[in-house]
Amino acid sequence: MHTRLTKSIRIFLALLAVIVLPALTGAQQVQTHAGKWTGHADTGKQLYFRYCWGCHGFRGDGTGENAPYLNILPRNFVAATFKCRSTPTGTLPTDEDLYNTIERGVVNSNMPSWMTLTGQNRADLIAFIKTFSPRWMTEKPGEPLHIPAEPTLTVDSIKHGQALFQKLECWKCHGQEGRGDGPSASTLTDNNDQPIRPFNFAAGSRFKCGTTNEDLYKIFNTGLDGTPMPSFADVVKPDEAWDLVHYLRTLQVTHKSPELTMWKSTKEGAALEAAAGTHGTPTGSGVR
Amino acid sequence: MKNKRLCTVALAALVVSAIVYARPAGGTISGKVTYEGTPAKQKTIDMSKEPSCAKQHETPITTEGVVTGPNNSLDNVVVYISAGAPDESAPSQPAKFDQKGCQYLPHVLAFQVNQPLEIINSDQTSHNIHPRPTINREWNKSQPPGTPPDMEKYDKAEFIPVKCNIHPWMSGQFAVMKNSHYAISSGGSFTLPNLPPGKYTVTAWHESYGEQSMDVTIAGSETKTVNFVFKAKPY
Repeated sequence: MHTRLTKSIRIFLALLAVIVLPALTGAQQVQTHAGKWTGHADTGKQLYFRYCWGCHGFRGDGTGENAPYLNILPRNFVAATFKCRSTPTGTLPTDEDLYNTIERGVVNSNMPSWMTLTGQNRADLIAFIKTFSPRWMTEKPGEPLHIPAEPTLTVDSIKHGQALFQKLECWKCHGQEGRGDGPSASTLTDNNDQPIRPFNFAAGSRFKCGTTNEDLYKIFNTGLDGTPMPSFADVVKPDEAWDLVHYLRTLQVTHKSPELTMWKSTKEGAALEAAAGTHGTPTGSGVR
Repeated sequence: MKNKRLCTVALAALVVSAIVYARPAGGTISGKVTYEGTPAKQKTIDMSKEPSCAKQHETPITTEGVVTGPNNSLDNVVVYISAGAPDESAPSQPAKFDQKGCQYLPHVLAFQVNQPLEIINSDQTSHNIHPRPTINREWNKSQPPGTPPDMEKYDKAEFIPVKCNIHPWMSGQFAVMKNSHYAISSGGSFTLPNLPPGKYTVTAWHESYGEQSMDVTIAGSETKTVNFVFKAKPY
């Protein structure tokens, strides 16, 4: 009987050690869950120093070797201010936000799409970059924006969005045609004091933080922290926000969308598009 | 009989506590803030891109990086007790920051950690409030005309520059303080009253000329004079 007890005690203690010790050493780590993966900072560290530190720096503050040559500096993880989020301005992003940013890259910047990294890799990287800022220990990510279902697209919705674009004075930076040429555009600087241009809707279809209507909805609600783009969450109601999304799509004159097609079918829309379009031959002659 | 004694004891206790806990008037630190040398000339602001603001100023205003007065007085200097006084819980009265005529009023706003901050847009144009802290959280919000004031607060002491991206000439400062002993120099003078006896470090901070500190001891309810002289920068 004495032998049995000792053996079971030994097994118990061994199990305890296996369970408790890792928990003790990992106690300081913030939990990271993205998609179906759980991230681990020690694995992420090796990936970071293979793929990321050239731009983001070995201190994670965006001062890597490549940084002096980059317009739009790499993200400073020490400050923990992020552009692409689903959370309110001034709050930390969710793990999903960071995962999406790594996967998608950041449009019109030097952050490439890291599709080459597996889901597990990305989760591990997220866990590691959190170790650069103490904010992750003391703050929880913000409450993700609740996005109501997109209402049916109507001409009224686009017209209301157009009124909002005027009322909220988006044109001051983005310009009346959304070409990023508003009166304030040339004076804008980001939080690294580098000049930065507002988004040019007429140029393409990919936004800084995505390509879908939902991504667009999120951008002006959360604001792009660290840039001049503020959050409009306090001043735009959710249904109005969808109207604005529909209107903004009509400014993307080079990208075919249901919104643009519908807008062109109206008299006002057709006239505006004709005025906004660039005319001329592909070689550039006769361009006006 | 017993009741009467009880009442006497209670009354005595009240009187004693009133004497012990009654706050003395406290000492005061006051003085002047001046500059030596030639400050850089402030530039006139061109508000022609925002007519609704331009028309609010009969003569165009200048930048406010250095605001001076007669006798080399230096304004907008935050003078505060940086050591020797305990941290205090925030008052509930909001500190108000107004955007009027495309200008921040006041240019420097001092308030306490966790004190409500009320940001008002009195203009007919949108502004975005974009304070740029280093240790507090950075946020950026749009404030169209006619919308209610934006309520914020900061939980760490810091000097935070404030800008509006739409109107790049707009510049202000938040001074987030740990206690209630602070003043902003006006007419080149400042006063810090109600200081209990103790050893204090008084610090004067100017947005362009930096910080200076001096140690002062308050023994009772006297007034100690502390003057700060900043070296003006030609740029």
